[in-house]
Amino acid sequence: MSSNYEDRDFGFEREYDRTMPRGPRRMQRRKICRFCIDKVDLIDFKDVKLLMSYVPERGKILPRRISGVCATHQRMLAEAIKRARNIALLPYAAD
Amino acid sequence: MAEKRTYELMFIVDPDAGDEDVVKLSEGVQKIITGQGGSITKTEMMGKRKLAYEINHKKDGNYVLLEVEGSGAEIAEVERRMRVNDQILRYMTVRVDEMRRRADKLKDRRARKAAKKPANGKAKAAVVSPEADEDEAVA
Repeated sequence: MSSNYEDRDFGFEREYDRTMPRGPRRMQRRKICRFCIDKVDLIDFKDVKLLMSYVPERGKILPRRISGVCATHQRMLAEAIKRARNIALLPYAAD
Repeated sequence: MAEKRTYELMFIVDPDAGDEDVVKLSEGVQKIITGQGGSITKTEMMGKRKLAYEINHKKDGNYVLLEVEGSGAEIAEVERRMRVNDQILRYMTVRVDEMRRRADKLKDRRARKAAKKPANGKAKAAVVSPEADEDEAVA
């Protein structure tokens, strides 16, 4: 009894092969990290004006895939936002 | 703990308390810190601002920021006192010396990278410039 697994379709490839564009999705220009350009080493939790631009209406932290911030700076940013929330400079949730 | 640490201590004072009360509280905190062997490197009264959310049914608060240097024992003492003080709506201590050190390291690394790159750029410029001279000669 030998079953040839290679011939069988388990759907794995279908699941992970997402290189093909699906639906009417425009290709967007790759965003670049604003903090890297400005050479920011430290994001201060007191800098509310800056943090506000990464906290939309609802009060959630803007995801990297939208803002284009690099991983290092997103980590710093998230930390700063959470600190600012603790001291009521930023909301945890709005409405 | 012989090691010296730097902290940022931020607290919110009840908006119903007067300005003198805010100053008095801040001075009291500073006294505790110096009494415990710490030192204050920066004091900033950030004034009254709107809270992002209500704390104890208060909509705004007086923000005070202190920068403290010390072992950490005085922070524990100050926090203990703030916890029981009704005039202090919220406090937060952040250790900043480690953050700053990390930032310096990043800056250092970038400086070194930058030092490497211009050398490359110059080499390229040197290659390019004779051509530029030629162009000028033609022009």
